[in-house]
Amino acid sequence: MANAPSRPARYGIRFVALGYLLVLLVVPLILVVKRTFSSGLGAFFDALTGSQAAHAFEITAIVAGVAVLANTIFGVGAALLLVRHKFPGRRLFDAVIDLPVAVSPVVVGLALTLIYGAHEPVGGWLTRHGLQIIFSLPGMVLATIFVGLPLVVRAVAPVLEEIGDEQEQAAYTLGSSVWQTFWRITLPSIRGALAYGVVLALARSLGEYGAVAVVSGRILGQTQTITLFVEERFENFDQTAAYSAAFALAVLAVLSLLVARRLRPAGHTR
Amino acid sequence: MVRRRHWAGPTGLGLAVIYLSLIVLIPLGAVVYKSQEGGFSAFWHALTAPQPWAALKLTVYSSLIVAAINLVMGTLIAWVLVRDRFPGAGIVDTLIDLPFALPTIVAGLVLLALYGPNSPVHVNIAYAKIGVVAALLFVTLPFVVRTVQPVLAELDTDMEEAAASLGASQWAIARRVILPNLLPAMLAGTALSFARAVSEFGSTVLISGNLPFKTEVAAVNIFNQIEADNTLGAAALSTALLVIALVVMLLLEVVRRWVARRG
Repeated sequence: MANAPSRPARYGIRFVALGYLLVLLVVPLILVVKRTFSSGLGAFFDALTGSQAAHAFEITAIVAGVAVLANTIFGVGAALLLVRHKFPGRRLFDAVIDLPVAVSPVVVGLALTLIYGAHEPVGGWLTRHGLQIIFSLPGMVLATIFVGLPLVVRAVAPVLEEIGDEQEQAAYTLGSSVWQTFWRITLPSIRGALAYGVVLALARSLGEYGAVAVVSGRILGQTQTITLFVEERFENFDQTAAYSAAFALAVLAVLSLLVARRLRPAGHTR
Repeated sequence: MVRRRHWAGPTGLGLAVIYLSLIVLIPLGAVVYKSQEGGFSAFWHALTAPQPWAALKLTVYSSLIVAAINLVMGTLIAWVLVRDRFPGAGIVDTLIDLPFALPTIVAGLVLLALYGPNSPVHVNIAYAKIGVVAALLFVTLPFVVRTVQPVLAELDTDMEEAAASLGASQWAIARRVILPNLLPAMLAGTALSFARAVSEFGSTVLISGNLPFKTEVAAVNIFNQIEADNTLGAAALSTALLVIALVVMLLLEVVRRWVARRG
């Protein structure tokens, strides 16, 4: 290319950009691996299979599982509404779906507490009827739903738009019901995008910290998720446990990243 | 084509609106309501109390610094990934998304491993303002790279070649041809990284030590006020963060329209 920057300029830019990534990202990550295994592989597995860690993993799996399921159902429904239906307030509905991205996790926690806390009217009524939300699993599920809400919608909607509704209309014309059409025509054609959205939502849900820290009350042995476990162990100078759990979370994050890259529908930039 | 009328549309819309209301809209409304319960002066008093005000100022200043660094470094990284295909570019490209995938508390721990009290390179930025900036840089790294990268990839090199053939210097080409085309994407990415930095919580918890008046960011201050049962104070600062996020989103929309008008 005649217009390419001269060799020194190009190497200079490459050096600056890669050097920045090296000190901010790569070297710290390598050190985490080193710290995790500094006391040996045995200590790593002991830290992760202890009863507290095992319980925290279990809580995380339950909370993330329920939240992702809810957001998957909502996400497909909302994407279908946005792409296939015209209704008053559609643009507002569209904007509200993106709202959770801009809200601080701590504010999410506060917001849910102000409605569902045991001392608030709604939360108080629910508590008297035997359903405690805040400082309990339901609140943690709500918080996790909140932070992951846009992911499935935003993964599925563009693909729905792209495939159009000709096949669906044809199925209707041939007498197929709404459910039949959804299961046989729509769902198979958005499978890839849906899987992509679910992986993103799952990664986000497994790693949520701030919102869950507020609504869980961080009760040891009861509402401690694996991210809360990392923080609590670190503050209590149990570096081996903190780094082991953090490493496990990092491995999950890398795996989800690689899977998401493979599943990413063409044309998606993120 | 006439769309078939069916119960599924309206029912689905109803359920979706209830879902959004119960989980997002009503709770967020409650935060704003709570902050204004005692009138505007009570809100203002709670917001400008020394500790939350210091936290808000620290948050906005460090987010501005972070946004500025992201603007420059993010654009450079995007340029390197698109135009300077070096060996290993694919791995670097995957690595860029890692800060988004990594749980924030892990991000904080990752930075502490290198820049904490036991730093192997003897750089200790824990419990200092620069530690906050480092944490925010880490979690916001992908924004500018990922907004600029696709635009740069689509950008035709014809214009640059034409400019070069007419004798324009490299610097003139970068400034007059490449930059104007990239500017909207650069600004959008910068705005997104600013909004994320302002609301960030998890990654700053471990590295900042949360020292009031020194390293306590807004989200951490809100958290501490919730724990201390100071709901009005927490709601006031939360509302301030929501307003900042709203303003940034509106600015983004303005940038988008500006781009659309330019075609």
